[in-house]
Amino acid sequence: MNDSFHDFEIYLLLSVLKVAVVLVITLMCVAYTVLLERKLLGRMQNRWGPSRVGPFGLLQPLVDGAKLFLKEDLMPLAVERPLFVLAPMIALGCSLVSVSVVPFGAMTKVKGVDIFEIANVNIGLLVILGITSIGVYGIALSGWSSNNKYSLLGSLRSTAQVISYELALGLSLVGVVLRAGSLNLRTIVDSQSAHGLISWNIFGGFQFVAFFIYLMAAYAETNRAPFDLPEAETELVAGYHTEYSSMKFAMFFMAEYANMITVGCVATLLFFGGASSPFGNLIPAIGGPVVQAILPVFWFVLKVFLFLALYIWVRATLPRFRYDQLMSFGWKFLLPLAMANIIATSFVLAMRG
Amino acid sequence: MQLALFIIFGALALGGALNLLFQRHPINSALSLVVVMMSLAVLYWSLGAEFLAAAQVIVYSGAIMVLFVFVIMLLNAGEEERTEGSRAAYTVGIPGAAAIFCLVSFVFLSERGALQSTNIGGDLGNGLDNIATVSSMLFTRQLLPFEVTSVLILVAILGAVVLARKEQ
Repeated sequence: MNDSFHDFEIYLLLSVLKVAVVLVITLMCVAYTVLLERKLLGRMQNRWGPSRVGPFGLLQPLVDGAKLFLKEDLMPLAVERPLFVLAPMIALGCSLVSVSVVPFGAMTKVKGVDIFEIANVNIGLLVILGITSIGVYGIALSGWSSNNKYSLLGSLRSTAQVISYELALGLSLVGVVLRAGSLNLRTIVDSQSAHGLISWNIFGGFQFVAFFIYLMAAYAETNRAPFDLPEAETELVAGYHTEYSSMKFAMFFMAEYANMITVGCVATLLFFGGASSPFGNLIPAIGGPVVQAILPVFWFVLKVFLFLALYIWVRATLPRFRYDQLMSFGWKFLLPLAMANIIATSFVLAMRG
Repeated sequence: MQLALFIIFGALALGGALNLLFQRHPINSALSLVVVMMSLAVLYWSLGAEFLAAAQVIVYSGAIMVLFVFVIMLLNAGEEERTEGSRAAYTVGIPGAAAIFCLVSFVFLSERGALQSTNIGGDLGNGLDNIATVSSMLFTRQLLPFEVTSVLILVAILGAVVLARKEQ
């Protein structure tokens, strides 16, 4: 009895610690993704990007944070107060919660607690999809409660866009789920970790069509270029967050980047073998157990980093879609393609037995 | 744990449902309905039907209610107005709701024996991997109702398209 109580205390303590560490790391990643975006975008446009604060501008995120924190929090008179305050919280909350089911390392148990994943849920993938779909309320309500026509138009666009692309996004993942036979993210990762690179879903699993559908739908879901119509500056001032200032604006900003990180994580987990090494068993297991535990995390972070870089590259390269192009692309091209992919994948799986 | 979750989220669902009725503004009502849906999802989860919970969140809160909110925003629906009809609804509605509540609780209480013997959750009870159970049930024993439901939804979609289509 006494012993089990002790175990429970350790479990609780480790879980709280895990949540705190992951939250802090995610927030730091969000801050530095902003810097990465500004630096990379600058280089791609043949300029320097932030370079004054600290070495190579590395302290820029801290200064930006301090600036946003100290700014006056304006509350326009005509807004719908409770919803106006609630909207950025929903947006940021949803974008941060979805990281909790992401396994970012190999299964490593310390005192019976898996230290590289906050919650190992049976339906991890559905949890991520569900939380993403709740996140829409943040954008929808912010636009409506602002009582501003540009905000309203931005949030209407965004809501319509997210609902349309959610279908293609969900359907593109079905092929992966069929191959793994589970919705548990760990099981999905394990199903592709046998022989390194060639057993990843995108190469060995022939899910590259699904991957490109996922990537495009996810860019639309996160309202990023080339699908960033909800905040098209030339038409809508700043879209749904026009009326927001100070920390409330920062929350939307952070939510956007946290969503990018989540998309990178999901793409890594589902198509690129998660935390498994691309070389499989070719590299001998060097170092002690600590190195062996940290190496998968390194691979995971590297893959997510590459996805973030791709996001920024795409933003620097592609022009924005027109609204009708966006809709017809989603409904008439991505959705049928995703369905065809499901049929082909299940057909092959059925043939194999 | 399950009891605590049931009390908290049952109360939240009830509060949301009441708030849905008492709010004057359609968007607040829609958001209360979202709260009800989410609380129901948590209740399903605590009963071990995790797939149902996720489907509830994704389909109802994430898609249907977003469309509700979308349409309310698009039409810019204002606060509801008090008319003769709404006053009549108040005077008749509250006793009517109370009567239905009494009737339902009477049926539940009088059929207590029959209800207790049914295994709530039935085939979903084991809670370990109920996605496989749900899907095999859907595609074997419940195949006909499942297909008929999908045809029904298809008919509804076609109806909506016909209604929304402009005459050439």
